[in-house]
Amino acid sequence: MADSEVTDGLDRKDEIARVKNEGKELTKEEKQRLRKEKKQQKKIKEKKDDKVTSERQKEKTPVTSSPASQPAKQPPTQKEAPAPADKPTKSKAELKAERRLRQEAERASKQSKKGEGGQQGTTSKPKAPPNELQSAVKRLPEHIQVDNPEVLKKLAKKLERQQIPLRSDYGYKVSLFSHLHQYSRKAPLTQQLSIPSAVIHPAIVRLGLQYSQGIVAGSNARSVALLHAFKEVIRDYTTPPNEELSRDLVNKLKPYISFLNQCRPLSASMGNAIKYIKKEISNIPSQWKEEEAKSKLQTRIDGYIEVKITLAAKAISKYAIEKISNGDVILVYGCSSLVNHILCEAFEKDRQFRVIVVDSRPRLEGREAVRRLVQKGIRCTYVLISSVSYILPEVSKVFLGAHALLANGYVMSRVGTSQIALVAKAFNVPVLVCCETYKFCERVQTDSFVSNELDDPDDLIVTRNGKTHLECWQELPLLGLLNLVYDVTPPDFVDLVITDLGMIPCTSVPVVLRVKSVDQ
Amino acid sequence: MELQAVLMAAGGGSRMMDLTYNTPKPMLPVGNKPLMWYPLNLLERVGFEEVIVITTKEVQKMMSTDPKIKLEVKMKLDVVCIQEDADMGTADALRHIQQKIKTDILVVSCDLITDAALHEVVDLFRAHNATLAMLMSPAHEFTETVPGQKGKMTAEQRDFVGVDESGTRLLFMANEADLEEGLSLRKSIMRKHPRIHIKTGLVDAHLYCLKKSVVDFLTENKFISSIRGELVPYLVRKQFSKSTNSPKTKEDVEDQNQKKKDGDTNPELRILFRDEPLLQLAHERSCWNDHRGDMSEAYHGGKLRCYVHIMDQGLCYRVNTLAAYIEANRLAPKLFEESAVHPSAVISEICLIGSDSIVGASCQVADKSSIKRSTIGNSTTVKEKVKVTNSIIMHGVTIEEGSNILGSVICSNAVIGQGADLKYCLVGNGQHIEPKAERTNEIIVGNDQFMEI
Repeated sequence: MADSEVTDGLDRKDEIARVKNEGKELTKEEKQRLRKEKKQQKKIKEKKDDKVTSERQKEKTPVTSSPASQPAKQPPTQKEAPAPADKPTKSKAELKAERRLRQEAERASKQSKKGEGGQQGTTSKPKAPPNELQSAVKRLPEHIQVDNPEVLKKLAKKLERQQIPLRSDYGYKVSLFSHLHQYSRKAPLTQQLSIPSAVIHPAIVRLGLQYSQGIVAGSNARSVALLHAFKEVIRDYTTPPNEELSRDLVNKLKPYISFLNQCRPLSASMGNAIKYIKKEISNIPSQWKEEEAKSKLQTRIDGYIEVKITLAAKAISKYAIEKISNGDVILVYGCSSLVNHILCEAFEKDRQFRVIVVDSRPRLEGREAVRRLVQKGIRCTYVLISSVSYILPEVSKVFLGAHALLANGYVMSRVGTSQIALVAKAFNVPVLVCCETYKFCERVQTDSFVSNELDDPDDLIVTRNGKTHLECWQELPLLGLLNLVYDVTPPDFVDLVITDLGMIPCTSVPVVLRVKSVDQ
Repeated sequence: MELQAVLMAAGGGSRMMDLTYNTPKPMLPVGNKPLMWYPLNLLERVGFEEVIVITTKEVQKMMSTDPKIKLEVKMKLDVVCIQEDADMGTADALRHIQQKIKTDILVVSCDLITDAALHEVVDLFRAHNATLAMLMSPAHEFTETVPGQKGKMTAEQRDFVGVDESGTRLLFMANEADLEEGLSLRKSIMRKHPRIHIKTGLVDAHLYCLKKSVVDFLTENKFISSIRGELVPYLVRKQFSKSTNSPKTKEDVEDQNQKKKDGDTNPELRILFRDEPLLQLAHERSCWNDHRGDMSEAYHGGKLRCYVHIMDQGLCYRVNTLAAYIEANRLAPKLFEESAVHPSAVISEICLIGSDSIVGASCQVADKSSIKRSTIGNSTTVKEKVKVTNSIIMHGVTIEEGSNILGSVICSNAVIGQGADLKYCLVGNGQHIEPKAERTNEIIVGNDQFMEI
């Protein structure tokens, strides 16, 4: 682009000359020169446009150097759009911008020479913006890139460094979900650990086992159990000499979190709890004694559970009970601890309603929900999800629990929830999602494929009348068993979200997230 | 630290006195390794770094001189000696070392030879926060002829083990000897677990994971002296007793205090979990239940839980009878990939050593001898034209020429004279068999072994 630089210089000189000769009349020669320059600029503009389009085809990068270099024209800009009207006053600013851009371009070119070698053909200036754009693109998390061998190698190295065994995948994965982990319950991670676990605290080993065997299941239960285990870890922790508690304890927790992740992928609520703990630990002032710091952390953890889970449940049931009227027929899906809590509280407050529990294989969690509700005395009906469209005409409201609420208003919950929300929408039945604010997460997802969890495929095998048809499913090369755990429900199907902050529409979730982050 | 390992090696081997009158049971050679090496190896492979070994002074002395234990066992062995004649049961031994126990324990018996995956037992212990987790295995029929056995073996008293549908929760355990009037099950158990599988052909591997509160309970309750015989059935019964399950109200506590003042209660087993309200909250919010069909919560609200892992494949032997000892000798070498013939043995070229035989260190096997399916101990001398089949020869034995040994057990330092013919015999320590003797199905021990009447 040497031409443009030359013309740049010419233009600048023209501008300067014009400023100087503002008052005088233009002479003939000057008029001719102006006409020539205009022609040249037009040609350059055409060239630039071509280049811009070709570059867009190559890299999709904006050409922001053009406005700075040719302020006389009005080339399409993407990032910087200086007003072309202020041409005379722009000279100094424009000079500075020029210099800045050139410096950035040089820096970018050095970076690009190190990184991407394939883009040597283009000039240095358009390289400045592409790198900015690329750094704004988020890296994909590791747990949804299982089919990428490099990511697996990195994960293996990280686990080796933390002395945690790598859990190997099991069985044939359906191709659409081959980017996710799939583990077998019969091959627990403890097989590869030494029995008196020295690297990992015994409370964490116990927790990991309970997660992988499904003894602790459900978003709230997992978070509470996680915080309980962390309390035990903190209780047994002693600061090594020459180390600070605020930094060392966080480092100690990292391998535990990797271990728990290997046992079962972390849930959004667990992620938020871990962030909270890490923040609390790093905020401990260094002059505090160890005992004081540890007891303070324990109180903080207790406070977190009290506020975010117990009191939130109370607040949510208070709001939800307003929405339950006498004579209601309420449909619930699976076993959500929060929805069960709401229904039990409503029943204690003498609301007359009956419940229809919808259940699905292979987890069949609805049975546990029915047990808890019937124990309180609530009248329940139990159906499987295949008959949900049959039973919906009877239903007046649908209450759903959530595993997480995503930043674009989508609800992530047990697989089957979106189905129920869809059918309810078709029947014009209101769908209310109950979710505590600590389960709100910054992720954005529009489908259930990209980020999900694959459970043990052997759970789908069932023995009826002594026959197990899927026993040898691994020997059939084209057969894959898929056991999904979560799915996402779009906000169009959800009428109201009941949180501890009140009853909000699904689209207000990003507002809550913003307010939360401002608070912190 | 999560678990402390305790190895019980003070037993006398009361069911195989002929073998153990001179060599204590933990040091009996099996596949040319002392018997207690096997559980120690198991613990080491799994990852333990320290073991508390409860044994007698004699065994401790032998351990310190034994090359296998000294060199190959890399764990730190904390040996606690108890008096031989104190007649301590296994529970008494635990009471003795109560000071050393700081966490939950894994108790192993010295006569256990197994290749079981220990993590299965410990996982049950961890995941369900159990009080007791044990290992059992289907019993194998012993096919080898046992020397000195006259007539058929009397069937040993069977153990009745009741498990739930999943096969892991231990609901019932009793020995046939205690069930004279038939097997009776309490209604409360049947109501909670309507389906119980009762199994009889199981061998208890005597490997127990116990919570620390059980050890504390033992120190207070001095009536229990054996883990297998008394403690385990007590714990299994206690799972369903009302006092451990129902929450103690104020009046109950006052009653108990009253009783303590009167001084006539048995100390209760107190199961305490740290930070119980949070654990309770987590289990309440979790949508998991270990059973279905009735209205109760997970574990029926019981805090005392006993679990058992029943192996479905693999080796598991308890070497506490002569038959088990012979069987173990046959199969133990298959557990480890070790060369059958020790490199330091001097074997002549014209002899025949079968592929499933083991020859120990510093042996001398002369010409034209044949050794089939046998175990030859260390420093044994086998002269010419000797036929050894299906036998176990311990250390330091001398077998003169022309002997024929079939299906026998020859203990240490014995001397078999020339041309002797032994079939299914057991020769005690240091015995001499005169030349050209012919013995079948006899137990040849010294005069000092006979009891004085």
